Amino acid sequence: MPTAEAPAPQPQPEPWDDHRIEVILGNLLRSGVLLSAAVVLSGACVYLFHHGHEPADYRIFRGEPSEFRTIAGVIHSAVHGRGRGLIQLGLLLLIATPIARVAFSIVGFGIERDRMYVAFTLIVLAILLYSLLGSGVGV
Amino acid sequence: MTILEFTAVVAIVSFVAGLLGSLTGLGGGVVLVPLLTLLFHVDIRYAIGASLVSVIATSSGAAAAYVKEGFSNIRIGMFLEIATTFGALMGAFLATRIPTSALAIIFGAVLIYSAYLSRKPRPLDQRNLPPDPLATRLRMNGSFPDLEGPRSYNVQHVPTGFSLMFGAGALSGLLGIGSGAVKVLAMDQAMRIPFKVSTTTSNFMIGVTAAASAGIYLSRGYVDPGLAMPVMLGVLGGSLLGSRILVKAETKSLRLVFSVVILVLGVQMLYKGFWGKM
Repeated sequence: MPTAEAPAPQPQPEPWDDHRIEVILGNLLRSGVLLSAAVVLSGACVYLFHHGHEPADYRIFRGEPSEFRTIAGVIHSAVHGRGRGLIQLGLLLLIATPIARVAFSIVGFGIERDRMYVAFTLIVLAILLYSLLGSGVGV
Repeated sequence: MTILEFTAVVAIVSFVAGLLGSLTGLGGGVVLVPLLTLLFHVDIRYAIGASLVSVIATSSGAAAAYVKEGFSNIRIGMFLEIATTFGALMGAFLATRIPTSALAIIFGAVLIYSAYLSRKPRPLDQRNLPPDPLATRLRMNGSFPDLEGPRSYNVQHVPTGFSLMFGAGALSGLLGIGSGAVKVLAMDQAMRIPFKVSTTTSNFMIGVTAAASAGIYLSRGYVDPGLAMPVMLGVLGGSLLGSRILVKAETKSLRLVFSVVILVLGVQMLYKGFWGKM
């Protein structure tokens, strides 16, 4: 619920200003996804080359080893050219893409001097960062 | 089945799921979890992890195509993302404590109800709704390019929409899906946002919502690179194709496809919950 704000004349949202920001954000999202897909694909080549002829089995849940569960572990594995590490790095980039979109929205709303939506966006960003960094992945 | 064969088949199935998810605004995840568990006998936790990651790919991959048309409303999206991301966080934390069979039953019921709602005839004159004071304050009212020029709309029932969005986020976090169905219906039915605006805005929100629970899934070891890779790449390809078709498709046929898909999925989820192994 909005609280009472200073009655300073807030500019009405200009739909085409909004639209310009959306186009920039849309392109950002697409670039992030294509980059992550490229990393995943390169990891897939390495992984399938080494393990392609082994039997596939996902019937029993074992949980991933810690190298695929933390940001540091994934980067370490990917740097060493391991296929599954590279795939996991690509997936981390993918998860980061919408978070970057939210972060850039703060700039967009800031340019429009829309303090209310800057605040809303900060709340969303805080929840996202908590999930990624506060739940054990960041360690 | 070798890893190479498994990867190829899962990639093809995911491509089709991505195409379907993009066309309907469902996000592909709802189709993926049943397919991976029923057809490929993948443990539900791996399926959820892979599906959640693919949901982000679907959403972000289609976003660029959507925004060019100027349908989505970032203010509505951002405001409701407070509810969906918070719900997703709660859902992901709760996921280990609730039996998945009970979740399947609840979700099946929600989907069938959603299908019923989406087939209910809507009042014809949706165009001149009075501005709602809260929506006006939140600057949610907007316009989008229609056939006969820019069409403006006034958003209704913000608190109802916000509450439904919390539920949609919780479902997304619990089941690793996009919950596009609940999102679109909350925006469509409760907030009275035009269908094209609600579909595309919801697509935008799905990725952010999924990202909120993805971190928790990753740290729990639900995201397997070998499984998530073909799922993510397949879904991304399918969703990119789907978003090209969506812009040209008619709203009426879209709604029909949408409601049939969620009805079938609802029955499937109920059956799984009562008789299937989760």
